[in-house]
Amino acid sequence: MGIVQIAVVLVVLVLLVKPLGTYVYNVFSNEPNRTDRIFGPVERWIYRLIGLRNREGMTWKKYAITLLLTNAALAFISYLILRIQSILPLNPNGVGAMEETLSFNTVISFITNTNLQHYSGESSLSYFSQMAVIMMMMFTSAATGFSAAIAFVRGITSRGNSLGNFFEDFVKAHTRIFLPAAIVVTMILVGLDVPQTLQSTLTVTTLEGAMQNIAIGPVASLESIKHLGTNGGGFFGANSSHPFENPNGLTNVIEILSMWALPASLPYVYGRFARNRKQGWVVYSAMMALFLVFLATVYTSELHGNPVMNSLGIDASQGSMEGKEVRFGIPQSALFTAVTTAATTGTVNNMHDTLTPLGGLVPLAQMMLNCVFGGKGAGLMNMLMYAILGVFIAGLMVGRTPEFLGRKIEPREMKLIAIAILIHPLIILGPTAIAFLTDLGSGAISNAGFHGISQVLYEYTSSAANNGSGFEGLADNTSFWNITTGLVMLLGRYVSMIAMLAVAGSFVRKQWVPETIGTLKTDNRWFVGILVGTVLIIGALTFLPAIALGPIAEHLTLG
Amino acid sequence: MKNNVFVAIRASIVFIVLCGILYPLACTGLAQLFMPSQANGSLVHNAEGEVIGSALIGQQYDNPAYFQGRVSSIDYNGAGSGSNNYGPSNPELLQRTKDSIEAWKTANPDVPVSELPIALVTNSGSGLDPHITPASAEVQIPRISKLTGLSQQQLHELVEEQTEGRDLGLFGEPRVNVLELNLKLQAMMTQ
Repeated sequence: MGIVQIAVVLVVLVLLVKPLGTYVYNVFSNEPNRTDRIFGPVERWIYRLIGLRNREGMTWKKYAITLLLTNAALAFISYLILRIQSILPLNPNGVGAMEETLSFNTVISFITNTNLQHYSGESSLSYFSQMAVIMMMMFTSAATGFSAAIAFVRGITSRGNSLGNFFEDFVKAHTRIFLPAAIVVTMILVGLDVPQTLQSTLTVTTLEGAMQNIAIGPVASLESIKHLGTNGGGFFGANSSHPFENPNGLTNVIEILSMWALPASLPYVYGRFARNRKQGWVVYSAMMALFLVFLATVYTSELHGNPVMNSLGIDASQGSMEGKEVRFGIPQSALFTAVTTAATTGTVNNMHDTLTPLGGLVPLAQMMLNCVFGGKGAGLMNMLMYAILGVFIAGLMVGRTPEFLGRKIEPREMKLIAIAILIHPLIILGPTAIAFLTDLGSGAISNAGFHGISQVLYEYTSSAANNGSGFEGLADNTSFWNITTGLVMLLGRYVSMIAMLAVAGSFVRKQWVPETIGTLKTDNRWFVGILVGTVLIIGALTFLPAIALGPIAEHLTLG
Repeated sequence: MKNNVFVAIRASIVFIVLCGILYPLACTGLAQLFMPSQANGSLVHNAEGEVIGSALIGQQYDNPAYFQGRVSSIDYNGAGSGSNNYGPSNPELLQRTKDSIEAWKTANPDVPVSELPIALVTNSGSGLDPHITPASAEVQIPRISKLTGLSQQQLHELVEEQTEGRDLGLFGEPRVNVLELNLKLQAMMTQ
């Protein structure tokens, strides 16, 4: 039954790719279509409200600056709200103001679509903050990433000098994708028992007559956008393993598909923009191939269980159940873990810190590669970056001029891509080393030995990949962790995003070169292999030593 | 450019209101109107109609005559959530599990340890897991039968009746809700 239920989810995902991709393409292609009649009036009203007079195309620089300005304004207002939440409305549980470094970390975490949480929602946020800061940024950060990815695709597939208008993309991502989808998913989740209320924490007398407090709140409306926007920050500390966030197998599947369907359909959108759908399917196939290997690893590893626990003479046939919920068991937990780190959502329905070493290696590795589907837009951009790199390497090896989508790849693009590729390991391995050198960092480790190395490595990998899941045993709510992970999240989000927009900006101005017999084809099976190979080689060269010290060493010593 | 700064600030305010205030309030309104029971936390009532908990949040049972839930490092305090996050090589994980097994042996001398399911001696991710596996309920029957005087047959039937299948017959795992099971058990004991 385990494999069957996983297979059904995979099939549903594959079936969703084309219709969803077509819809997203229609939203952003700016060609008139039927949905304009429904959404057009609302959008024109929003354009008027925000004072957007004309929606002219923007150069990559203008696009990037506008994106940064909007994000900065959102972050600034959110910081203010967190600092004064105690005196704002909708605070029935009397939560106090959030501390400075924790507010800094939280704001960056949500504006960068990371959703690393050094706070616990039950005790640290008022309902107003959960709504106006957390839920709001779950929308805006997803829309920002989506807009950037679309602009990038426009740049590498069209000619002129415009990547589109940021505000128009940003507004449309909300009105035509995230808001309607979030409302529908919220209502489905409530129907399946996820709470949605503004009343304060419940106090009940239990069956045995004891007192039990039960935290509750507007959970469903956060849950839907948390997954749709690949955000991942939970309403409660235990995230989607909390029964109020994810009460049964069906909600689990809905949450998986919510976070996975949009990133999985983006390669198809890219194929449509490139006017060559095969280009899209090549990228999609490379992502899916990598994903299946990772999924199989975490599933078998968790099913096989922890040898230490298996040797205690109990009935351990169910697999490693530490940190997992009975209603999900191994199959739905393993699938959730693989998808949440592939789509860089970072929501968890089981505790990743408690995964078996090889099981825990899977989320870590997927975040290190950061292109196996990937979060809202970032994954597609990263995969296309690897595609350009793959063309460059493979083209040079067989003596062909490196061209991608009819444009020559030149030193300027390669330099920018090198920056985007190198920044990721730099901001993971650098801070990890610093953390081990100081007591401030290493003092937070809760599991001694090799697992402790994994804990620290995971924290920075998750921050850099803007994932947000954690090996949560790490005592990370200190100034040191709040500030360092905050900076890593910022760099991880914006450096590569700006570099990739710059690549698009230089592609869009290039002369098209006609395809000849000497052109390396990028829309066939062979290129899937080149793509997967490039990703794995770069990933292994950068991260294998660190992985060997953490999960692999732990696996070998568990016996 | 200056124009863009103003648009960016105005856009921020508009989207804070739209996504951060109007959206969740509209969802709350619709949910409360059409699905109040689910929207308010799936509360469970006893025979007298008093609220005794939520069907989705597990509880602590100190009386061994009740079915026991999973290990919870937070003692099923629903004001918070989470677990100790013991890594697979953590010695405390081993120690805690050994202690649980010893406690099990004392309380259930009639059931061999080899039948004790791993789910009963491991901490759930949320610390609030409302369910146990059907096997985890079955192995507790001899103890509960002895303490309550109910026959093992009656208890088997009860567990079977309370076992929920996979969702849509496909997703998730078969499970037993401990609070609902114990509520029924309580009713049988007082009869």
